[in-house]
Amino acid sequence: MKKYLGPLSKENPILVQTLGVCSALAVTAQLKPAVVMALSVTVVCACSNLIISLIRNTIPPRIRIIVQLLVVSFFVIVVDQVLQATLYDVSKLLSVFVGLIITNCIIMGRLEAFALSHKPLPSLMDGVMNGLGYGLVLVVVAFFRELFGSGTLWNHQVVPDSWYAAGYLNNGLMILPPMALILVGCLIWTQNAISN
Amino acid sequence: MSDEGAQCGVAQNKETKIVMIEIFIRSVFIDNMVFAYFLGMCSYLAVSKNVKTAFGLGLAVCFVLTVTVPVNYLIDKYLLREGALVWLNDSFATTDLSFLSLIIFIAVIAGIVQLLEMVFERYLPALNMALGIFLPLIAVNCAILGGSLFMQERNFSTVAHSLAYALGSGIGWLLAITAFAAIRERLKYAKIPEKLQGNGIAYIITGLLGIGFMAFLGM
Repeated sequence: MKKYLGPLSKENPILVQTLGVCSALAVTAQLKPAVVMALSVTVVCACSNLIISLIRNTIPPRIRIIVQLLVVSFFVIVVDQVLQATLYDVSKLLSVFVGLIITNCIIMGRLEAFALSHKPLPSLMDGVMNGLGYGLVLVVVAFFRELFGSGTLWNHQVVPDSWYAAGYLNNGLMILPPMALILVGCLIWTQNAISN
Repeated sequence: MSDEGAQCGVAQNKETKIVMIEIFIRSVFIDNMVFAYFLGMCSYLAVSKNVKTAFGLGLAVCFVLTVTVPVNYLIDKYLLREGALVWLNDSFATTDLSFLSLIIFIAVIAGIVQLLEMVFERYLPALNMALGIFLPLIAVNCAILGGSLFMQERNFSTVAHSLAYALGSGIGWLLAITAFAAIRERLKYAKIPEKLQGNGIAYIITGLLGIGFMAFLGM
């Protein structure tokens, strides 16, 4: 069990391996889209890891990238359609970033590095844990951005009105895209300090 | 009458050009792929150790974007969108294939990248030497797929607009990675806290650059 826990901290895909940053940061201005995005990536990563691992002995090595892309885009389309049907407002917020899960390097990276050479069950676990490791960073960043940027969490106000009356202001900078990068930079700093 | 028509045509033509320039400038500075949407961050962070290779990758991304976005625009307009197939038969007026766009866009991108690689190898060996190693990487670069998806979302009215958008985004990406690589080269001489070195400071610099680029927002 312990070997699967790596992606949560010491081998975290975003903080340590610098994978999958692309679509991660744009969705972290609020907590809700970040959680939905994290779950979507976990589902896609786990499912495509499982499928690729099942057919790993029949894929000709020369065309494996195309096969992987097709499997991943199949699951992304499924996730996209499910989101549009059940959580329409969130899927509007996420817009193109659901589609961009296809080119998320965590997924391709895990397929190449793990699923192609391991049995289905460990691959499934590996996919789930990497998806969760990615989600953890997303949720932490979104937590701070929504709390300090809008004074809310999951769209519920948490900063009391009396603070605003006393002169407290939301930090508008937190809502802007560049702050996501700076926060991740600080998270990497913390991670490095803890792991040594 | 015909004179009036011609005048109207000229005016429209002029307007198209102005809109194209607007789209171009907007996509280079304001909607910059890296600083506003974080697209292509993985290769942006991995291939920015020195200016020369960064510039090479930037050029390759710019080139592939400029080729793939207009192609995907035409596919979207004449095959995928709701009612796009009317040119075949009126009975297709309500057919909507846009749920297929993800898989078709990525297939088109992978195909074009493969094609470009072969063409370069055969006819332009010099360019192949410069861009060669980056081309295969680009098929899975999110800036490329992102370009096509944003094109679809923004509903450009002509293929020329989508071309202006693609070229602008590509140049914006090139600008971002070159500037970042130049800063990173100088970083060797800076005193940075030990645990922050490497990726940590890279993210923070990108964030600061992004704040700088936000100054264009008022334009």
